[in-house]
Amino acid sequence: MAQIKVDVRGETCPVPLVEMRKALRKVDQGDIIEIIGTHPASKKEIPMAADALSVKIISDEQIGNEWKIVLQK
Amino acid sequence: MSEKATIIVHSGDLDKIYSALIIGNGALAMGMDVSLYFTFWGLLRLKKGGLNKGALSKMHMLGLGKLMINSRMKKANVASLERLMADFKELGGKIIACEMTMEIMGVKPSDLNEGIIDSYGAVGTYINEARSSAITLFI
Repeated sequence: MAQIKVDVRGETCPVPLVEMRKALRKVDQGDIIEIIGTHPASKKEIPMAADALSVKIISDEQIGNEWKIVLQK
Repeated sequence: MSEKATIIVHSGDLDKIYSALIIGNGALAMGMDVSLYFTFWGLLRLKKGGLNKGALSKMHMLGLGKLMINSRMKKANVASLERLMADFKELGGKIIACEMTMEIMGVKPSDLNEGIIDSYGAVGTYINEARSSAITLFI
């Protein structure tokens, strides 16, 4: 099981969503994707996209102005 | 089969091309299939080197508005149209060029950025896709 990191700190709409989707297309079923970013709307929208794509949300946290979302394909 | 978004890109204005590509990328990212139909002034943005050539739909001020918006967008770290288009293609988005517009405006396939165009079509192609789309927009 692989684990990949996606760093979209400083990126704005729609880049965090797009980079999440690119990463999901590259990994295998069961792999873990950790996304860190700062764009506030994406913190809400990445979990929305994960639901739409039937991807599991492992964790979702805010640390200062950064957020970290962990997904499992 | 996944849900579809079908968007007509009629305007060639810079801000509206941004809207079309941002919405298209968002829909792809959220698991939809997306087709962008470039017609009329929008089609001209598919010409080689034409993606960025549009004026602003408002506040154009002989090009001053565009300079201002470009610098504000750079500051806000907004992705370039080239990057948005490359992402759109990487995520499997389809670009369709309107054949009638090409005829009217005397645009040949070789004038266009053929590498990003998936097909050439007319209104029937659009209706055929739009009737089974969850989202359809005219920009």
